[in-house]
Amino acid sequence: MKRSSPNEAPSEIPTDRDARRSLGYAALLGIGVMAAIDEIVFHQLLQWHHFFDRATPTIGIVSDGLLHAGELLALVIGTFLLLDLARQRRLAMRLAWTGVLFGMGGFQLFDGIVSHKLLRIHQIRYDVDLLAYDLAWNLSAIALLLLGAWLLRRTRQLRRH
Amino acid sequence: MPGSHGLGVDASSLALLPLVAIAALTLAYLVSARHQRHVGSGWSGWRCAFFVGGSLLLAAALAPPTLTWAHHDLRGHMAQHLAIGMLAPLAWVLAAPVTLALKTLPTGAARHLVAVLQSPPLRAVSHPITALLLNVGGMYLLYLTPLFAATQQGSTLHAWMHLHFLLAGYLFCWAILAGPDSAPHGHGLRLRLGVLFVSMAAHAILGKLMYGYLWPRGTGHDVEEIQAAAMLMYYGGDLAEALLAIALMVMWWRLPRQRREALPLLP
Repeated sequence: MKRSSPNEAPSEIPTDRDARRSLGYAALLGIGVMAAIDEIVFHQLLQWHHFFDRATPTIGIVSDGLLHAGELLALVIGTFLLLDLARQRRLAMRLAWTGVLFGMGGFQLFDGIVSHKLLRIHQIRYDVDLLAYDLAWNLSAIALLLLGAWLLRRTRQLRRH
Repeated sequence: MPGSHGLGVDASSLALLPLVAIAALTLAYLVSARHQRHVGSGWSGWRCAFFVGGSLLLAAALAPPTLTWAHHDLRGHMAQHLAIGMLAPLAWVLAAPVTLALKTLPTGAARHLVAVLQSPPLRAVSHPITALLLNVGGMYLLYLTPLFAATQQGSTLHAWMHLHFLLAGYLFCWAILAGPDSAPHGHGLRLRLGVLFVSMAAHAILGKLMYGYLWPRGTGHDVEEIQAAAMLMYYGGDLAEALLAIALMVMWWRLPRQRREALPLLP
């Protein structure tokens, strides 16, 4: 196997474009990571979520399938895009962390509001009072988003000084 | 022991035919690779490993004990499907057998092979969208109609089903990766990723439909078995398609920057 050294770009100062890319690619990764956590923890380990129940409307199955495909691709493509930025030494690390938090929080909130409540693909848990679970789910999503926003503000402040 | 239940699967010489064919193909690949390494321009050991890995998966999926298992248990059939239709074809495509054949065959025969590869029928079936329809479309047709029950009755139809899994899976992996063998089509990365996205979604939807509405019907499998098989299809399909996506991105990553397509997701 050939080494990929001709691919290496000379080290340059990251530009605004690199900053946007670091944020955006990392958000893709964050979406995929949150989806994977959801799949592993709530479906496999706790078995709270139902894989499928007859109450799910057809549109729910279809949108869930599309979402599932999007998550998997986001995880794979996000990872490679970030690796590629890092190889060119153009990865803005703090912004990448911000992007991961935004991706995770955004996905969690989308899942909590659209998948669980609007499309009703499945619920967090069955045969329990859902209110506390829904609140915890969506508040944790908001917490991730706020943490991301805080990190973004700090990064901006640091760049100004 | 296999055969003692007499479930319609006979470990006769006919059932061993696919195994002999796989062994012959593998031997031909390895002899050609050895030839290239000694007198030709070399051949990657990784590719040999991919080919042998694919062959072993296929052989395991088509060995008489697996056939017996698959015949009475739908989970067995699904494991078989995963190996024959998704994992083994990916490994074989990554082994670049067409390139090896073109390097090894005498000029006349190699020209013939190129002509076949560029013939209209082959170009038609190897388009990413055609390959998608043949692959996932074939699965919808098989599992959501009485076709699957029919394959359990006749051994000819059953053999065709496996051959279709393998060929459609190979075409699909090749169409998506468009390499390492140069593909009859040179479609852009965006189209190929889009088709892969549709395939992943269609696979996931099919798994849930089978789980919820208990397809395939008319085969005498009980509810739990069908649901376990559908979940195996869902997660196994995820694994195989994630591997395909990873292979695609690794190939993208290894291309020199000037020759590679950007993924214009962001300005």
